[in-house]
Amino acid sequence: MTLLQRKRLLIKASPWILLVTLALLWELVCFAFSVPTYLFPAPTDIWASWLEYQGPIMKHATHTLFTTVAGFAIAVIFGVILGVLVGSSPLIYKAVYPLMVGFNSIPKVAFVPVLVVWFGIGTVPAILTAFLISFFPVVVNMATGLATMEPELQDVLRSLGASRLDILRKVALPRSMPYFFASLKVAITLAFVGSVISETVASNVGIGYLMISASSTMDMGLVFAGLVVIAIMGVVMYEMFAFVERRMTGWATRGSDPAF
Amino acid sequence: MDLVEFENVSMRYGEEGPMAIENISLSVRENEFVAVVGPSGCGKSTLMKLVTGLAPPSDGYVYLGGKQVSGPQQGVGMAFQASNLLPWRTTLDNILLPMEIVQDYRHRFRAEKATFQEQGRALLARVGLAGCEDKFPWELSGGMQQRASICRALIHRPSLLMLDEPFGALDAFTREELWCMVRDLWQEEPFTVVLVTHDLREAVFLADTVYVMSKGPGRILVRKPVDLPRPRDLAVTYTDEFAELVFELRDHIGRIREETA
Repeated sequence: MTLLQRKRLLIKASPWILLVTLALLWELVCFAFSVPTYLFPAPTDIWASWLEYQGPIMKHATHTLFTTVAGFAIAVIFGVILGVLVGSSPLIYKAVYPLMVGFNSIPKVAFVPVLVVWFGIGTVPAILTAFLISFFPVVVNMATGLATMEPELQDVLRSLGASRLDILRKVALPRSMPYFFASLKVAITLAFVGSVISETVASNVGIGYLMISASSTMDMGLVFAGLVVIAIMGVVMYEMFAFVERRMTGWATRGSDPAF
Repeated sequence: MDLVEFENVSMRYGEEGPMAIENISLSVRENEFVAVVGPSGCGKSTLMKLVTGLAPPSDGYVYLGGKQVSGPQQGVGMAFQASNLLPWRTTLDNILLPMEIVQDYRHRFRAEKATFQEQGRALLARVGLAGCEDKFPWELSGGMQQRASICRALIHRPSLLMLDEPFGALDAFTREELWCMVRDLWQEEPFTVVLVTHDLREAVFLADTVYVMSKGPGRILVRKPVDLPRPRDLAVTYTDEFAELVFELRDHIGRIREETA
């Protein structure tokens, strides 16, 4: 194996190495200071809980995944439409931005009770919370991508007789794709935050509900198992978008690794 | 016949802003190669915006093809100092972009794509970019990108080609190569060109007529016809006749500097 190949292998394996190292450290700390399981479970305790409650965890996890993806999908559709409007019209930009920043500053957990009053507990408020918390980055990034188009490029197109729609379709939208994918990666993780928050406050299904009920019986192993499952789902979704991004906007990183 | 005509055109940005250009009258014949030179900030780019209808004049009239310019014109070719190629398109797709937009071609684009691609390849071959059709812009050198940018401005056979310091960012050797490229393109199939530049040698080498502009507000100081015989070889730039022309123009620009200082 050449030095270069070894380096590449190390880079590929590095997230797993870090993960295993941290887990071992965690286990070691819990063991060395004999931390009680009901305060801070060791990885082995979490694993034991997972084996014991595999069925219920998976049931709640699929539900959380569904609400998250549903809320995220609405956020993407809504975010792209609003982002295009905001990015292509200075008037809408000026009008909408302060309102949107204000709205985004509201802690969404404070808004869940309102949603519960309107829609009852369960799936609908979870989807809506996921949507509310994750649409903002999509709007901002789409708007930035569109608004930062080179004025000279616009001159070239307009002097060819291009309409606003032409400019949007042929140049502005493809050009803002890297911004769009960057926002998806942020938005999907936020969507998980939103749906789980809503489930912990007002639901009888989902990982959030599972964790709240487990912590009320001091079953910390199960709580942490829930946390780990959410984290894994988040990473998997993130990687999916990263993969699509590499396929679709390879031109932005010019086919090389996205780093300095 | 005059393709472009300016009648006492003035232009200021904003209501109270300073004059960008003042009382400009000039005309460009069909298939004439005109160069506009002047110190930076003399309103050369404003001139381009006026011709293409991207900005309306504050005063006076601009005519293109006998009609008064109001609103963006159809199918004027433009190239700038930055190539502005689209990084997600191959070189060939980049230069075919006007065919997807210009009124006369866009409806036929899908049906006759193969024909258009053939035209694109032929044009790329003429500027020495054969074999680069499927490369992406970032895989090309600065000079090659600029060649592609000029191809994009020419592919739809525009009635008017506007070049805004297209060779400004290139090194001296590449710049001379591109002068010859533009000369050959123009010589083979003449078209109307307005070249904005601050390089006097470039202006004299390429143009039929050179206009010298003053600075703040931009006015036309001199109109100088260049009657060097065509086709011009690069060697012409080392003749006394050429040097005299450049020197004469340089003298005018020198005087502008003194007056404003």
